Amino acid sequence: MKKTILAITFAFLLGIYFVSFVSGVSQEFPVSPPPMTEGMFPCSSCHASMEVNRKKRELKDEHPDIKLHHAETMRWCLDCHDARNRDKLRLYNGEVINFTEGYRLCGECHGNVYKAWRAGIHGKRTGYFAGPGKRTYFLCAHCHDPHEPKFKPIKPEPPPLRPTEPENAR
Amino acid sequence: MEKLRETLKETWHFYMKTLNLVAKGSKAYYAWCLLLLAFIAIGFIYYLKQHDIGLFATNMNDQVSWGLYIANFTYLVGAAAAAVLLVIPSYVYHFKPIKEIVILGELFAASSVIMAILFVMVDLGRLDRFWHMIPFIGEMNFPESLLAWDVLALNGYFFLNILIPVYLLVKYYYRKEPNWKFILPFILISIPWAVAIHTVTAFLYNGLPARPFWNASILAPRFLASAFCSGPAIIILIFQIIRKVSAVKLEDEALFKIAELIAYAMFLNLFLLGSEIYKEYYSHSIHMAAFEYLFEGLHGHNLLVPWIWAAMAMNVIAFFIFLVPSTRKRLTTLNLGCLLVIVGVWIEKGPGFVIPGFVPDPLGEVHEYIPNLLELMVSFGIWALGLLIFTLLMKVAIPIVTGEFTHTEYEKEVTALKHR
Amino acid sequence: MRDKNYTRREFIRNLSLTAIAGMSIPLLSACSKEEVEDFLQKHFLEMTEEEKKRLIAKLEERYQQKYGKKFQISMKEAQQDTLWGYGLELSRCIGCRRCVYACVKENNQSRYKRQLHWIRVLQLKRGNLINLENSEHYYNPDTVPEKGYIYLPVQCQQCQNPPCVKVCPVHATWQEPDGIVVVDYNWCVGCRYCIAACPYKGRVFNWGEPNIPPEELNTSVHYLGNRPRMKCAVEKCTFCIQRVRSGRYPACVEACPTGTRKFGNLLDPKSEIRYIIENKRVFRLKEDLNTDSKFYYFFEG
Repeated sequence: MKKTILAITFAFLLGIYFVSFVSGVSQEFPVSPPPMTEGMFPCSSCHASMEVNRKKRELKDEHPDIKLHHAETMRWCLDCHDARNRDKLRLYNGEVINFTEGYRLCGECHGNVYKAWRAGIHGKRTGYFAGPGKRTYFLCAHCHDPHEPKFKPIKPEPPPLRPTEPENAR
Repeated sequence: MEKLRETLKETWHFYMKTLNLVAKGSKAYYAWCLLLLAFIAIGFIYYLKQHDIGLFATNMNDQVSWGLYIANFTYLVGAAAAAVLLVIPSYVYHFKPIKEIVILGELFAASSVIMAILFVMVDLGRLDRFWHMIPFIGEMNFPESLLAWDVLALNGYFFLNILIPVYLLVKYYYRKEPNWKFILPFILISIPWAVAIHTVTAFLYNGLPARPFWNASILAPRFLASAFCSGPAIIILIFQIIRKVSAVKLEDEALFKIAELIAYAMFLNLFLLGSEIYKEYYSHSIHMAAFEYLFEGLHGHNLLVPWIWAAMAMNVIAFFIFLVPSTRKRLTTLNLGCLLVIVGVWIEKGPGFVIPGFVPDPLGEVHEYIPNLLELMVSFGIWALGLLIFTLLMKVAIPIVTGEFTHTEYEKEVTALKHR
Repeated sequence: MRDKNYTRREFIRNLSLTAIAGMSIPLLSACSKEEVEDFLQKHFLEMTEEEKKRLIAKLEERYQQKYGKKFQISMKEAQQDTLWGYGLELSRCIGCRRCVYACVKENNQSRYKRQLHWIRVLQLKRGNLINLENSEHYYNPDTVPEKGYIYLPVQCQQCQNPPCVKVCPVHATWQEPDGIVVVDYNWCVGCRYCIAACPYKGRVFNWGEPNIPPEELNTSVHYLGNRPRMKCAVEKCTFCIQRVRSGRYPACVEACPTGTRKFGNLLDPKSEIRYIIENKRVFRLKEDLNTDSKFYYFFEG
């Protein structure tokens, strides 16, 4: 009887440890859901039945709208996306993480930015910083396209009117 | 009760007589007054438009936020301060030739101060809130704000320059000797006060580190030097006119003495200007941009350049006219010199001082400014009002000073009535 | 001797009474009750709670009449232990001016005749930062950022040692306890001395009656912040006083697409702005003028 109780307690504690290990880290930063393209997730709905081709190549027939311009000479798709489970991302040491924790993957190369993001000083700020509301965090992917992260130049808003311009003068 | 009625009758008589004096004059006088009234009326109509729309009716903008009004204000405060240049020789050194005209000079200072105050009032965006500036009733930011000091200094100077002449005139009207123990302290205090009003106006500009063109310690001495050029020059011209149209006896000696003082003041003015120019051009830091704008033009903007060079030429020529005794002591060249000084200092101290302070603005923008018709008309209107006030004051003051208009006339009338 | 004193005094008094009587009759007859009330309104800091409540009610009614919208006017005071600070990461500003127009919308600024912007974005050539005389304010390329240029947004720096507060002759502008320099728009006389005194061109002037399309009005306002202003009163950035006193970010911080702008409480050791000051190399504009500005610029990469 004592042995059974001990075993159950041990299993219970182990379970809690594992559960916290997997989901506890993602609760550190409350982020909104990752910005997935419509109808894409879960990726395993297609990939579970497909053969895994680990050969580094340029994708021509599949995912035609994704152009990789992100250290493409050094890495390719399966360096970040886990080959066996396409619903997860892959860290450098092989550990798989959820898309909701994508910042851990980006932070591996972009350590300084990751540090700043954790402190709250990198990236867009909206909502409340104090008071009744909560501070919102954005995932890296909310602003930076992971496949083509460089910001495209945008059209600026109009310059101020000079005092002598007709809209501004009498 | 009897005494009160007597004094009321005397006052009413005085009032009526002054109106009489003011209403009667030569054709030239009527023409002059009508011309001034026309300018005043036009200026007032334009001001009403500005009061209605707001300062949007002027050409001022966020980059150049002070314009013609404040330029004129700066010049006129200087002209007002210059009355002290007459006070010092006459009262302190008892220089006889000037003594008679001091009162007239002080009345000129009073008119100048009225004009200066009016220019500030038309420049205020919300004139209806002027009471916010009154100490104790409003919230005057004394002693931190130099504008608060300026309000007090100008009003105090105005009070002094009304009190002293009016007191002396009333005494002369009654053919009594003024009580010097009473009035001399006021006269003596008006000397440092005159220096003070212009120093405070200079400090107004001086204390702004945001505007390197104005943030120079040399500003207050420069202001005083140029004030002591322009004010007495106006006075010389005015007194020649007075001499011509009335019985006031003014010796040429007095005018030449004043002109000599102008020569010294102009030398100081030119020297101080030279010092500033050396400092800016030799140090050649980025803060000389405003000087560059004024004297050379900046990035193609050079509206003020011909004006300032004309002013420089006028000042230098006038300096030599006043310096050389033969040109100083000849009335034609003297008058030419006075005109050159008046216009030259106006350009240098008015637009040539206020506008470069805003070009370039603290973020490096360059916007030029030209006053529009409304601003010009309102400015002319205020100048006309000041000149009209001065003319009317002269019309009453001169007969009192020369002894034509006195109380004895009233006494004669009263005795004549009693005898009937 | 006494005769002369009476004469002089009587003369001056008669003259002044005539003048005042002559001037006041047309003035008094032209004023409505509303105008007289406005004329006599006290300085905001002198008002009692009761007077402030009445003022809010009066203004809400007036705005309802004028714009046809219900305004919520707050007079929320500064919170304890707050001193607002602003951070701006210059390496990320691309000069898109989204902050400028977000501010315009949030703060009910005049759109035309005259257009008022509280934020000004300067374009500087690379290699040059402090000499603002080489800046370009009116850049309008097809896309930003342009190669070879950096962008520097400037607005009121909410200085701890503000030159504008020093020079205002009527105390119409002052610094609140939480560090924001505010203007009582109903007290300002429009002398524009503060505009001359500001080294950052943070203050702008309503030269005429402001023109705002009624559908673009923001109705949640603060008395000292973004309520609709009137002609000839000075206005400036207030760090969105209507937002920050409830813990929300200013409009410009939220609008920035590249996350350039940061905001927080300088007195809170865990705030973002404190982290920036302690870990990044921050500088302030025109620091030599000793204005002790609370607007910290920094570079990352």
